[in-house]
Amino acid sequence: MTSVPDTHAASPSAGWQAIVTDWAADRETFKVPWGKAMMWIFLLSDTFIFSCFLTGYMTVRISTTQPWPNASEVFALTIGGQSIPLVLIAIMTFILISSSGTMAMAVNFGYRRDRVKTAALMAVTAALGATFVGMQAYEWTKLISEGVRPWGNPWGAPQFGSSFFMITGFHGLHVSVGVIYLLIVAYRVLRGRYEARGNYQIVEIAGLYWHFVDLVWVFIFALFYLW
Amino acid sequence: MEHAVEHTAGHAAGQQQHPIGIYLKVWGLLFVFSIFSYLVDYFHLHGLLRWSLILFFMVVKAGLIVAVFMHMKWERLALIYAILLPPIAILVLVGLMAAEGDYTFAMRGQFFGGP
Repeated sequence: MTSVPDTHAASPSAGWQAIVTDWAADRETFKVPWGKAMMWIFLLSDTFIFSCFLTGYMTVRISTTQPWPNASEVFALTIGGQSIPLVLIAIMTFILISSSGTMAMAVNFGYRRDRVKTAALMAVTAALGATFVGMQAYEWTKLISEGVRPWGNPWGAPQFGSSFFMITGFHGLHVSVGVIYLLIVAYRVLRGRYEARGNYQIVEIAGLYWHFVDLVWVFIFALFYLW
Repeated sequence: MEHAVEHTAGHAAGQQQHPIGIYLKVWGLLFVFSIFSYLVDYFHLHGLLRWSLILFFMVVKAGLIVAVFMHMKWERLALIYAILLPPIAILVLVGLMAAEGDYTFAMRGQFFGGP
């Protein structure tokens, strides 16, 4: 698997000449394991899906004649008798960033061939991801009980509900799938499957997916919750 | 300099190996920038200042995640451009839809508008 012949030994390693030689005929274009290249291409396609959702949200928000509900108030929580704006979303953001941090460390320990630490850090990542999904479920429940529906809400533009459920729902689905994916890979790491192969690439590929989920949240947080 | 050495070493083995410290630093930076963007809302900044700050923190955070956590910074240009250039097309869509949204808004104002 790792015995790919080093065909680019004599080719330039940087600049436009490197791009031309890498893309030239009868050669391997991406000098990374195929799984990693495919994950990147999948993530590129996913980027387009989320971009289309966010662009759709932008369009309905520009074109509505009714006032857009103030996210700062809609997502406020009352803690100790005081209303704190967006507090749940802020906590969710920190949880997801932390999970990305633990995932990055898991990849690192994977390449150091530390099976137990890799699996443990991936399990922590999955636990943080599950916490995130739990908080999102709480948020959905709260909004639904307050009367937010995909076709209307008590505070203004009806498009708010459809944008909210579509965007956060699709992101939440990605997080949930990611948690399952990470747990499967963590289990295999612990069992020694990759140790036997001498190849921990799969941990980095799973990590790419997980960081992407965090990346999408950065955009949702800025464009939907803060804007 | 340190990175150049790691790069060649990591590349030879076909894997990404970097010191733990850089991940911790980026993790910390992401926390700081998230706090900043939260404060934009907390202090009720408005208008152009609010939007530019939100976009700035968003782009910085996204850049840090892609460059360091996803190791894009250490990949070859062929892969970097193949992944990072296509999303530019989205900006065209955003521009088109913003114009379309403004038009729809004007039409609704004209035909369904109040007094």
